Amino acid sequence: MDLLAQVSGNVNAIGYGLAAIGPGIGLGILIGKALEGMARQPEVTGVLRTNMFIGIALVEALALIGLVAGFIFT
Amino acid sequence: MTLITFAPTQVLAGLSAAEGNGFHPPTLSEFFPGQLFGAGTWWGPSRINLIGLLMAGLLALFFVSAFRKPGVVPGRLQMLGEMGVTFVRSQIIDEVIGKQGRRFLPYLVTLFFMVFVLNIAGVLPTLNMAGTAVIGVPMFLAGVSWLVFNVVGVQTHGLGGYLRNNLFPPGVPKPLYLLLTPIEAISTFVLRPVTLTIRLMANMMAGHLMLVLFFAASSYLLFEAQPALKPLGVAAVAMGFAFTLFEILVAGLQAYIFTLLTALYIGGAMSEAH
Repeated sequence: MDLLAQVSGNVNAIGYGLAAIGPGIGLGILIGKALEGMARQPEVTGVLRTNMFIGIALVEALALIGLVAGFIFT
Repeated sequence: MTLITFAPTQVLAGLSAAEGNGFHPPTLSEFFPGQLFGAGTWWGPSRINLIGLLMAGLLALFFVSAFRKPGVVPGRLQMLGEMGVTFVRSQIIDEVIGKQGRRFLPYLVTLFFMVFVLNIAGVLPTLNMAGTAVIGVPMFLAGVSWLVFNVVGVQTHGLGGYLRNNLFPPGVPKPLYLLLTPIEAISTFVLRPVTLTIRLMANMMAGHLMLVLFFAASSYLLFEAQPALKPLGVAAVAMGFAFTLFEILVAGLQAYIFTLLTALYIGGAMSEAH
């Protein structure tokens, strides 16, 4: 069977690109909602900011695991 | 001006960056430089280990000299040290655990400043490598945090009570426990230290790779490429400068997040089941 099409080069880059879509959208939603909350009720900015950072850490971990997985699966 | 600061560091740091003959983008071997002495032994330090030791030594020196003779009216160093400790106490512990978390202040201050100082070594001109960019230090710190929150949980609730609170959260229909308990077990006891480790290490590794890429690219484009590409070299220098500022932000942010999550886990282990 002849080869019809082929991807050459490192597929890890494609893997990371796909892995970054979800966390990108997630971070956008998270930070956007936190900003919205801070705009509606400025006196709880401190609480919202702390919880936003916790959320950012958890979501960004997924994108970073995607980055690292590319290096592990060589 | 940034080129004058950073181009010599390319030479000094012995990176695989462009030194003539072509463009050498960074590879993973950046993070495995050879052992500087004691080659082949288990203790032989590489450049990265020595950077970690140096930054930890400087940090210890700072805190010891800041709090050596504390006066009621603080001197300058003592004021800086107090600002650091107050930041961790008011922004991290009080927000997340509350007043009863104050007994973890020594550990959390140490954790925050150790991570921050090791991270910031990634942008210092002659060091150029974060001590936390290889897996050892983040894994150790995450392991210690894991020990702390588990021991605190067992001390507060007893082993059976602690496991019951975490693995069998109340208010769930009985058959769902078959599905929920393994997920909770892995999420609490395995994923927490693993994600703490990987989050810190991957942030620092990615930041270092991007910085090396920008500086290698600017050195190559400005000095060795065809003249038509020189404006791209200027753009690469600008990106390197901007990204260095971003890396400083990420260094502080990752230290804050590591400490905040550790405090959160400790608070969760201490709190009553809801």
